[in-house]
Amino acid sequence: MIAIEALIKIVVLVVIILTIVAYLVLLERKISAYMQDRIGPNRVGPKGLFQPLADVLKLVLKEMIVPAKANKFIHALAPVISITVAVGALAVIPFANYIVIGGQKISLLIANVNIGVLYILALSSLGVYGITLSGWASNNKYSLLGGLRSSAQMISYELSLGLSLVGVLMIDGTLQLDKITMAQSGGLWNIIYQPIGFLVFVTAAFAETNRLPFDLPEAEPELVGGYHTEYSGMRWGLFFLSEYTNMIVSSALMVTLYFGGWSLPFVNYSALGANLAALVQFVTFFAKLGILIFVFMWVRWTLPRFRYDQLMNVGWKIMLPLAILNLLGTGAVMLALK
Amino acid sequence: MLTDYIPIFLMLAVGAVLGIVMGNINRILGPRRPTAEKLSTYESGMEPIRTARERFSVRFYLVAILFILFDVEIVFMYPWAVNFMSLGWFGFIEMLIFIVILLIGYYYVIKKGALQWQ
Repeated sequence: MIAIEALIKIVVLVVIILTIVAYLVLLERKISAYMQDRIGPNRVGPKGLFQPLADVLKLVLKEMIVPAKANKFIHALAPVISITVAVGALAVIPFANYIVIGGQKISLLIANVNIGVLYILALSSLGVYGITLSGWASNNKYSLLGGLRSSAQMISYELSLGLSLVGVLMIDGTLQLDKITMAQSGGLWNIIYQPIGFLVFVTAAFAETNRLPFDLPEAEPELVGGYHTEYSGMRWGLFFLSEYTNMIVSSALMVTLYFGGWSLPFVNYSALGANLAALVQFVTFFAKLGILIFVFMWVRWTLPRFRYDQLMNVGWKIMLPLAILNLLGTGAVMLALK
Repeated sequence: MLTDYIPIFLMLAVGAVLGIVMGNINRILGPRRPTAEKLSTYESGMEPIRTARERFSVRFYLVAILFILFDVEIVFMYPWAVNFMSLGWFGFIEMLIFIVILLIGYYYVIKKGALQWQ
């Protein structure tokens, strides 16, 4: 029974997220176009709205090319790891509280585990494997360099990412994401208490998702496509899909940890009735998510790329000490106010 | 409770199935016309020189080792953070000592130039 209920929720969620991802690609192309004073895709369907469909169709009908010298099995395995990890992280994100169907309370959280934050961090560490293995298995120098850079970058920023969260955990005293949302729904959002932690988290999240200004693993002018140079068709599409899914996951994590999740201040959810409340919460969550994703894209088309030594310096010598200071400062203030 | 984790395994399974299906869909729907040039390694149109299985900078290994050291310490901080209020000043000072020891190691790593990239 648990399994069937969970499976229904999972399928619905995955379909929603994949649709969103397809349209995020269109949105990104449109945003970049307007920022560069172009129009962007506008031929397929009204205002280019069917562009994602055309893109998927094109990718699906491509020839699958696996280089003769590549390690065939790992070459096929790497994109599967990337997408599994990206989709898996969605399981613990609380998009809304619960709905009532036929007198039964159904939580909209897929997996209510008490280690939510830890689970997401663990999966984002595993994501490194997908990229490193794809770089190594392709047997291509560009791919190898891209994969190496990416793994070094991701593990470096993973430290600041993990440390910046500790402040939030201290305030709310739990690793469960829906409890963190609940704790904020009554009072102020965590960003008020944790501005420095949030800044560190955002920067680390950009580096974790390999987005500009930290997209050195796939820096086009020097590494062609980086780790996915030797991928074609839907296998390449899988890397793209997981990059955007990762972007959604980290934005959703930011919404939950720092911006109150699905809650809005001064709204009395019990007056709305469970189902309407869930709808309002769902819309609220995705509105906050949309704003953060827009920031991701805005930054991408505004800032230039870092140099590799700058990247490592920022990660190890600025972000890490800043995150530790934030942690100690939070602790001292909390105890002094107790 | 272990049953709480069933949905997580299901989610990971759905992700893996999605990856396997989409990763092989081009076998069925795409054309198949391999040539020797098409299957050779891409090197910006040049003849590929040697393989990519070569030695690379030792710094990548160093970063990986340092990551493991620091990451284990961060994971150690999580249970402390969750129980922070009940541990009070005693727990705070304990963690302070722990972080100072950590920072001594961090200072040593930086002085040794392990994080210096040219």
